[in-house]
Amino acid sequence: MAEFRQIGWKASVPTLVIVLLAAVPPFLSSYWVGLLTQIMIFAILAMSLDILLGYTGLPSLGHAGFFGVAAYTVAVLATAYHAGFWTCVVSGIIIGTLLSAAFGLLVSHVRDVYFLMITLALGMVLWGLSNRWITVTGGDNGISGIPRVMTGPITFYEVTLLIFIGCTALMMLFISSPFGFTLKGIRESESRMKSLGVNTWLHCYLSYVIAGAFASVAGVLWAYYNAFVGPTYLDLTASSEVFLMVTLGGPGTLVGPALGAGAIVLLKNVISAYTQRWLMILGAIYIMTILGAPQGLWNLRWRSRSRA
Amino acid sequence: MPVKLSTTKDTGDTKVKTYRIFPPCPLCPLWRSVVVVFVALLAAGVVVGQSAASVPIKVGFIAPLSGPYVQNGRDILNGFLLYLEEIGYRAGGRQIDVVVEDDEAIPAVGLTKARKLVERDKVHLMAGALLASSGYALAPYIDSMHIPMVFPVVSSDDLTQRRRSKWIVRTGWTSSQPNHVFGEYAARTLKLKKVATIGLDYAFGWESVGGFQRTFEAEGGKIAQKIWCPLSVHDFAPYLAQISRDVDAVYALFLGRAALQFMRQYQEYGLKDRVPLIGSGSTTDEHVLPSMGNEALGVITALHYSAALATPSNKSFVAAYRARYNKVPSYYSESMYTGAKWFVSAIEARGGNVEDSAALLDALRKVKLADLPRGPVELDDYGSPVENVYIRKVERVNGELQNTVIETFPKVSQFWKYNPADYLKQPLYSRRYIPPPTE
Amino acid sequence: MIYIITQTLNGLFSAALLFLIASGLTLVFGVMRIVNIAHGSFYMLGVYVAYTIVARTHSLFLGTLAAVSAVAAAGFVVERLFLRRFASQPLAQMMMTMGFALLFRDAAFMIWGGDPFTLPYPSALRGSIEANDIVFPMYRLFVVFVAAVVGVVLWALNEKTLIGAKLRAAVDDAEMAAGTGINVALLSGLVFAAGAGLAAFGGVMGGPILGGYPGMDLDLLPLAFVVVIIGGMGSLKGALVGSIVVGLIDNFGKALVPELSYFTLFAPMVIVLAIKPTGLYGRV
Repeated sequence: MAEFRQIGWKASVPTLVIVLLAAVPPFLSSYWVGLLTQIMIFAILAMSLDILLGYTGLPSLGHAGFFGVAAYTVAVLATAYHAGFWTCVVSGIIIGTLLSAAFGLLVSHVRDVYFLMITLALGMVLWGLSNRWITVTGGDNGISGIPRVMTGPITFYEVTLLIFIGCTALMMLFISSPFGFTLKGIRESESRMKSLGVNTWLHCYLSYVIAGAFASVAGVLWAYYNAFVGPTYLDLTASSEVFLMVTLGGPGTLVGPALGAGAIVLLKNVISAYTQRWLMILGAIYIMTILGAPQGLWNLRWRSRSRA
Repeated sequence: MPVKLSTTKDTGDTKVKTYRIFPPCPLCPLWRSVVVVFVALLAAGVVVGQSAASVPIKVGFIAPLSGPYVQNGRDILNGFLLYLEEIGYRAGGRQIDVVVEDDEAIPAVGLTKARKLVERDKVHLMAGALLASSGYALAPYIDSMHIPMVFPVVSSDDLTQRRRSKWIVRTGWTSSQPNHVFGEYAARTLKLKKVATIGLDYAFGWESVGGFQRTFEAEGGKIAQKIWCPLSVHDFAPYLAQISRDVDAVYALFLGRAALQFMRQYQEYGLKDRVPLIGSGSTTDEHVLPSMGNEALGVITALHYSAALATPSNKSFVAAYRARYNKVPSYYSESMYTGAKWFVSAIEARGGNVEDSAALLDALRKVKLADLPRGPVELDDYGSPVENVYIRKVERVNGELQNTVIETFPKVSQFWKYNPADYLKQPLYSRRYIPPPTE
Repeated sequence: MIYIITQTLNGLFSAALLFLIASGLTLVFGVMRIVNIAHGSFYMLGVYVAYTIVARTHSLFLGTLAAVSAVAAAGFVVERLFLRRFASQPLAQMMMTMGFALLFRDAAFMIWGGDPFTLPYPSALRGSIEANDIVFPMYRLFVVFVAAVVGVVLWALNEKTLIGAKLRAAVDDAEMAAGTGINVALLSGLVFAAGAGLAAFGGVMGGPILGGYPGMDLDLLPLAFVVVIIGGMGSLKGALVGSIVVGLIDNFGKALVPELSYFTLFAPMVIVLAIKPTGLYGRV
């Protein structure tokens, strides 16, 4: 009985949220529909980083790299090779995932600050390539003219919503599986997991690849949303922003980073309409959050159980 | 949530012992926040929806107002507002409201801001943008939203050539336009034979150098070296060291702080005294010229404007601009002064009706103005301005540096002397220049 | 030949600036294990403060003094009031510095506006030195000289003084050092302030050439990280070697393979990290 109640509770709130999100577009202007679409895309990205940062405890400052690479793949295939929609989408996700599989080999043996440094370095390498490999990426110009595939902002919104639900469901499935629990164990104490016989390198590697795969999905969506791709999609600022979304929202809970993504997108777009100082506000909020709620805003619920 | 947390839910509270689909208490925190969010969204949507209809004409304006190109962006805005002040912010019997947004010279940000202006602020007309890359990024969006946009500065060649945008009206210039003229001038009048080019590595740089190269080589000249600097460059040392000493001149394409730093460093490395410097107009444009010193003297450039142009309409424009902003206007300032005059003229032609976007676009394309500060301008069949190109030389007059006009070429179009159909068969000028088939 | 000499000198100039910036970063990391994302912001604040002072007093010397003390003080305050609360949580401290980086960036924009500028050259150092067809600006040579002096001073402080010894002890093992009575908290504050001051000094030194403009904090930060990573975190020698390596690679890379210029910079960093994560001379 208690289990059913827990499941009931767990299912009701998300169901409500999904129903709301699905029903709301006709009541909103296309501007807000667009903003919600943006929030969902970045929520997927933030949640993907959460798998790495929140659940496995590996801080990555280069995560926007996969996001950007997937977006660039879509852009290059769509404009230079005139590939069909599904080809672009699938290729974008595959290339992003393959890249994270390749990079994962380089990074999975380090932890903490060194992991931070090496992911920062890899992110910079990708940014450097996007900036200077001009024949392919267009350099600072970026690539524009990705063909529009949806009939309108509401269709795009609905598609994004479906993908968002799918990704969230997959991620939740993943983190509540035994593999996911092992990741949390690695986060808490890697030595203990090793002594239990767990291959921590492999777990970290797979976590990195899966995070990269979901980031690629977000990247593909973003490329089509803007019909444009540029080096700002994967620079240090972009990676820092994703990091901020996760840590502001609350790492280790998928919901927290999704809310963090929403907060930052709203800050950037809505608050910036009222004040020029939105960056300062973001910085101040971030500092106050770390001071008051070092585990992120969503984790304030478990305040009594503060983890180190 | 990860682990079975506390047991507070299972003890004491009799209400939660039964199975429920929905959370027990409608006022409990989670519910509350969900409801609040939903209501807020709804309210916001309704409010935004209602603010759309209004009597004033709303013009959305995008330019970099922060970052390395802030000076250029401010100049564009200043020129814009100067003209609107002159006409009292009214046209066609209606008030004009301007909404200004900063795109930080990043195309992705420009897109976001354009979305906000078009979809949230419901502007009738858009204007602005600075970088060529921003132009290319905005064009598909503007076309898809059917809002006319005036590009006073964006000089991306292809927007009025191979990737013609229906809803964008270019009132400025194309990157290669003055450079076609300049290439010929450099070969014929300046008698240059070998030139090294150094410029910013993006569309603006490629198209400017490409235009110069085409006509310069057609006259028998040779581009010995092409050096490209990334947009984020701040130290030119590694690039300056590469310039070979036996060229007749160096052609430089920069703007903003890069132009400032380049000039200084060009002199520091001893090149100023050995190799004459020429370039496209933005390198010595008035948005940075006052901050330069003697290192800029004698530099010859080509552009469709100069603040030192001695026509009556320019003299009064410069005087008004100086009085209002305490500095000399640059081509950026003049660009949106003209741009504003342009769209006001279209609004007047439409009798103040801006709601019919297609008709407004049509009116924009038909404007012909003769007394602009830069001289007469009209649009060609492809929607790009046909105007004068001036060859200028930096001189110090009355203690101030200025771009003295030393020669004028009237009625220059984006295609120079070439037949448009043949011209368009050539690929767009890019980093790697492809010479046209020998005529 | 002229070309090679000029490029090498350019490389040394870049190395000099990078050393000034990276030495602060590496010391902060060595003692406190913090990745200071706001380090670029200190660099930026240094040149902006100097700009204001120089505009009033026309003295680059005074400007440098003001910039270094102001920024070092700011660094000390940030460390004492904010970072110290998370003494044993480097990740939280890093996130805090991230927040401050955003704050500083916007504050600089609010106070000084968005116009780019360059500091004026000191009058004694204007002009270039000419030797055999090689022309090189005098100021850049001066910066190389100054960076060398700073390097020697730092080394002397580190190796020959008591405070240096305490610093090295804290880097090697902070717990033991605290156990022997070293006030690691105060040391951390001083080191953070010193790091900020060094970054500001680097900013002012680069001021006449690179100048100041919005966004410069994030422009130079990755380069500083490359130096620190290649050289090894916590090691001054590593910062020196790293900055020379990076300075030379950057300049020659931009000249020889401009298409891959960022790649040539960051790829060695990745290689070093993959093989020896602690860097060439890292002790951490």
